[in-house]
Amino acid sequence: MAKMAKIIIDGKTYEVDSSKNLLETILSLKLNLQYFCWHPAMGSVGACRQCAVKKYRDENDKAGKLFMACMEPVVDGMRVSIEDPEAKEFRAGVIEWLMTNHPHDCPVCDEGGECHLQDMTLMSGHNYRRFRYKKRTYRNQYLGPFLHHEMNRCIQCYRCVRFYRDYAGGDDLNVFGVHSSVYFGRHEDGVLENEFAGNLVEVCPTGVFTDNTLFQHYTRKWDLTSAPSVCVHCGVGCNTLAGERYGKLRRILTRYNGQVNGYFLCDRGRFGYEFVNSEKRIRKPMLRLSGENRLSEADEETAITEISAIIKSSRKVMGIGSPRASLEANFTLRSLVSERNFYWGVPEQEFSLLTKEMNILRQGSIRTPSLREIEKCDVVVILGEDLTNTAPMIALAVRQSVRQVPVQSATPYKIPHWQDAAVRELVQDEKGPVFVATPYATKLDSVARTFRGSADEIARLGYAIAGAISSDAPKADNLNEEVCVLSESISKALNKAERPLIIAGQSLKSEAIVNAAANIAYAMRKAGKNVELCYTVPECNSMGMVMMGGKALDQAFHAVEKEAMDTLIIMENDLFRRDEKQAVDRFLKRFKNIIVLDYIENATTERATAIIPVGSFAESDGTFVNNEGRAQRFYQVFVPNKEIKESWRWVRNIMVTSGMKEFSRWKNLLDYTQALIKEMPYFTGIDTITPPPGFRIAGRKIPREPYRYSGRTAMHADKTVHEPKPPEDVDSPMSFTMEGYRGQPPSSLIPFFWSPGWNSAQAINKYQIEVGGPLHGGDPGKRLIEPLPNAKPSYFTDVPKAFAPREGEWMLVPVYHIFGSDELSVHSPGVRELVPKPYIMLSPDDAARLQVTSDSELELGIGGQVERLPVKINLGLRPGLAGYPVTLPGMSVVRFPVSVKISGVKK
Amino acid sequence: MEKILLLDIPNYHRIDVYREHGGYETVKKAYSMSPDEVIDEVKKSGLRGRGGASFLTGLKWSFMPKTSDKPKYLCINGDESEPGSFKDRQIFEFNPHALIEGALIACYAIQAKAAYIYVRGEYHNWIEMLQKALDDAYSMGLVGEKMKETFQTPYECNIYIHKGAGAYICGEESSLMNSIEGKRPYPRVKPPFPAQNGLWGCPTTINNVETISNIPAIIKNGWQWFSRIGEPRHPGTLLFGVSGHVMKPGVYELPSGVLLTDLIYNYAGGVPGGKKIKCVIPGGSSMPPLRGDQIEGVKMDAESLKAAGSAIGTGGVIVMDEDTDLVRVLARITKFYYHESCGQCTPCREGTGWMLKALNRIARGQGTTSDLELLIDVAKNIEGNTVCALGDAAAWPVKFMITRFRDEFEKAVKKEVVMPVASMVHSMRHTALPLAELKKN
Repeated sequence: MAKMAKIIIDGKTYEVDSSKNLLETILSLKLNLQYFCWHPAMGSVGACRQCAVKKYRDENDKAGKLFMACMEPVVDGMRVSIEDPEAKEFRAGVIEWLMTNHPHDCPVCDEGGECHLQDMTLMSGHNYRRFRYKKRTYRNQYLGPFLHHEMNRCIQCYRCVRFYRDYAGGDDLNVFGVHSSVYFGRHEDGVLENEFAGNLVEVCPTGVFTDNTLFQHYTRKWDLTSAPSVCVHCGVGCNTLAGERYGKLRRILTRYNGQVNGYFLCDRGRFGYEFVNSEKRIRKPMLRLSGENRLSEADEETAITEISAIIKSSRKVMGIGSPRASLEANFTLRSLVSERNFYWGVPEQEFSLLTKEMNILRQGSIRTPSLREIEKCDVVVILGEDLTNTAPMIALAVRQSVRQVPVQSATPYKIPHWQDAAVRELVQDEKGPVFVATPYATKLDSVARTFRGSADEIARLGYAIAGAISSDAPKADNLNEEVCVLSESISKALNKAERPLIIAGQSLKSEAIVNAAANIAYAMRKAGKNVELCYTVPECNSMGMVMMGGKALDQAFHAVEKEAMDTLIIMENDLFRRDEKQAVDRFLKRFKNIIVLDYIENATTERATAIIPVGSFAESDGTFVNNEGRAQRFYQVFVPNKEIKESWRWVRNIMVTSGMKEFSRWKNLLDYTQALIKEMPYFTGIDTITPPPGFRIAGRKIPREPYRYSGRTAMHADKTVHEPKPPEDVDSPMSFTMEGYRGQPPSSLIPFFWSPGWNSAQAINKYQIEVGGPLHGGDPGKRLIEPLPNAKPSYFTDVPKAFAPREGEWMLVPVYHIFGSDELSVHSPGVRELVPKPYIMLSPDDAARLQVTSDSELELGIGGQVERLPVKINLGLRPGLAGYPVTLPGMSVVRFPVSVKISGVKK
Repeated sequence: MEKILLLDIPNYHRIDVYREHGGYETVKKAYSMSPDEVIDEVKKSGLRGRGGASFLTGLKWSFMPKTSDKPKYLCINGDESEPGSFKDRQIFEFNPHALIEGALIACYAIQAKAAYIYVRGEYHNWIEMLQKALDDAYSMGLVGEKMKETFQTPYECNIYIHKGAGAYICGEESSLMNSIEGKRPYPRVKPPFPAQNGLWGCPTTINNVETISNIPAIIKNGWQWFSRIGEPRHPGTLLFGVSGHVMKPGVYELPSGVLLTDLIYNYAGGVPGGKKIKCVIPGGSSMPPLRGDQIEGVKMDAESLKAAGSAIGTGGVIVMDEDTDLVRVLARITKFYYHESCGQCTPCREGTGWMLKALNRIARGQGTTSDLELLIDVAKNIEGNTVCALGDAAAWPVKFMITRFRDEFEKAVKKEVVMPVASMVHSMRHTALPLAELKKN
């Protein structure tokens, strides 16, 4: 329980939490005070001197003294004044100083209109320029495809380097120079290396770091039509704000969710959105008309009639669902083809591993933490996951967890934990225990103790840890000394921990790893310890998929072998990314009609006999379930053209036309969701995570456009001078216009953060109950998976054998890339630039044995075929293992585990 | 005249000569006392820090935690980068062993594991001299692991010399510690103070070179002896570095409380050509300057100078005669503080550059009276509102020079040029302020 204190601000008494600093407290009270260098996620350093307030010793002290609110602990009985003339004058003075060199290029600055510096300047009242000299200027740098650099605008608040280096663990952005020419950039031009660099867009209080992808199709904040969304580029489910204008998705910003991603996003999530605008978008239905071999465009009605006819005339229709489609979309397809003929378009191996993860969490007694809770863990053991590339935001959360233990050392010194500079000085390089066991070197290694080995060896380490914690847990035999010593010290750390966490996943396609992670948690629980378990999942609705349950792609392959089917409906899924090409080819050849619902042209749409253009996340409503089992609703941002509809709406229309009249009852998304819950009761509650479509505040909808939205009457003038009727949204209580309720909407319906006087992302403060805490009305989303406290799961016993390299053969391990492994984001031009070229990863020893160096080519014998790939050497990889980048453009799809033969290429 | 540091003994910087005169014997005496007794002795002596703030040294030492699970450190500040200050290098050159011996005693008193002597980078020669002295002390077993045997004590400490790289800010105690740690020398916000969270996050005491060099004499002769030298509230001798328009510039070791006029006219030989004094900065360039008519009867100690409207600082006395162009002096001083501003906090980073630009313009004869108001305004906003005291250091010369030599600055600026109201209105068009409000401003 927080200790409360009574403080007096400008004569009014407030009861506040005494563990916070004065600035946080003032902002939590929804009072206004200017600030720059303080950031709710990064604490105070007292550098900008903007948040000065008057502090009085006691009631007799009339003069008072200026103090920086961000550096002042809240003390009971404290008397301060924000409105004191001297304090106000000083704050205006600080702005005046910052303005001496700031270029005032707001009209051409991408930050203009959502600039914290603009807001603070106005708030301070400074408006008259006394500085009559030349301003200092800088040379800007090329920082890669994502960020635009404009140093002249810099006000030297140091937030960028603090975020980049201290928070995100990057080291290629720093501060150079002294006095009024300090420079924030890289030692030389180049792509920023950190995967979270994009957050500088929001961290920077002005326009030094701006979104370069937005710059390519620039729109002011007030001209965007925005909606709350959920990221589709991995399974973590970060909350986003997506903004559109003129039918193009313009950008993604963080949508604060106190339980999930907080203030940040990874660069794949922030910059991967441009696939929505891709040239390869499917915008019109494509049908094969009779007598023709190729597809041609059709209108919506024709498409529905034709496809309904196909379905009616088919003897058997098979449906393939997708983990990147919403619950509702998959459920609707399943309703069309019946449960028996519905299959998930993922390989059996992945499906069963994910099912296993879900069952461990749902039927066991171990809780899975939210992203925010991961930050609070004090010991983290990561088995087999290269988190920075498979679930980047979990990696960022783990980076914060390493501070949990060391930060405690500040308490006896009475240094408040928000006093960032002092705490970092006290803590120095000390880090809380994090253990990373992966086949190859990962970025998180810099904060962790590491173990390198094959999937089996990692699983053996996991079993060894469990065995060391609880004597009844199955043990791995013939452990080498390294594993013995490491498992001992990990188990010691876990036993000492107050909030330990085990992270694993299916990335290495190893059931033993998933089991071993569960065993550690079970052993901890048996020993009476607190423990949490987090499994990563690959896609935005992977967890929803296994919660719905069903059959996987391999079974679909078997089914068509046994039984003739004529029509296949594939929804939002490129099967050629899922399994080996020959297998998919053979499968598709079995069908006369292949109907594909998707938004991007891919290898599967090439094989389609009919293509239906469906909405991406930005053009759809739906529900995803993230890796922690949190159901989250995403909203349609815009209506591109009438043919692009949600998958579920298309499928429902086809059903109704083809005679399944009962589905005409499904009118809006809520009907679909409720039908889903009726059939699958464990989704109970997902229909209430957000207000129903009929929800109104004072009779009004929530507008997707801010009241400053411009050009509405002119933007269609090339077609008609009459302002067209805005599209109607029957699925949500949001409107596609600027009219509607202007106050704060319910937390799940926030289309943008905006508050009077607070035009930038910093307006988030006004939406939170207290700064950095939950949103008013609670953070959105609903956890569907909670542990069963009395469950007594039994240990897994499949301890694998130790890995023994075989002469002339290499065991392939999957390698992941934040930019490259994800299907959709690679269609964004910026991401595309950073996708690595195909390669094979070797250990230094093996490279020496094969007499190859970096970039020289190798021949890889795999599944009877030979691939030529250049070599990358990874210092962490063990001899006998070779890293194979999965789902990277240009790489083939292979089934793991697989051994290959590798030989050098004769020049 | 009693001298403690700059003794008239030939080759006193050599370890053999130093030891002949009883050097390093005091360490034995100190080590026979308890650390608290040593601190107490220094406390009672009334020794004040010689680095500018004149804080009571013994009191500072007593802030160190008695128990700590972390090592403790002593930092000795020899950055000496304040313009007009050049006293510490006399110690490096002529009495380095007093510093080393003082460090050994101070380390013992606060139970430090090691002492770091931070010497400004430009002092190439003096670093060599000090290093030679330290090497000698090590080779004679007076420092490091052999000192246990030499002094028959279980206590042991090491002394390291850390060379600065030429930044003024490193003379600020917390910047100095960041610099030793290999970080950018940004001052730290206090609290927490170094005694809690100092070098590498460990309890640390930081003292000036001159302060530490006084320690052996205090322990040797007792606190009563020391407290009777000079001005009782600021006892001991001070090293005054006199520069500028004097016949004999140099460092003079004199009891505190010596008359400023005495120092200038008797010791430093007066002003060349018998000119009048226009201005004296008594404590290094950042201290408030005194007018020539303000120096009569001013005693050189912390309290007296405070009463006279200035501060003792580092005892660097800069004398300027009647022909000095104070506008150019101030522009030059301000250029220094602008150049050396670390860039961390806004007031100093932005304010110093602005003040410099305004002063340069005045020096070019293009200034206006509103520039003077602006300068004072900017300086006042910097003062007291920065992370470290160097904001004050940059603001004081501007504030006091202009107020105390107002007529000279007024002469240097042109008559006020009134901005046409039209252009003001134009620039205000987008603001909500009514014109009347604007004119009031």
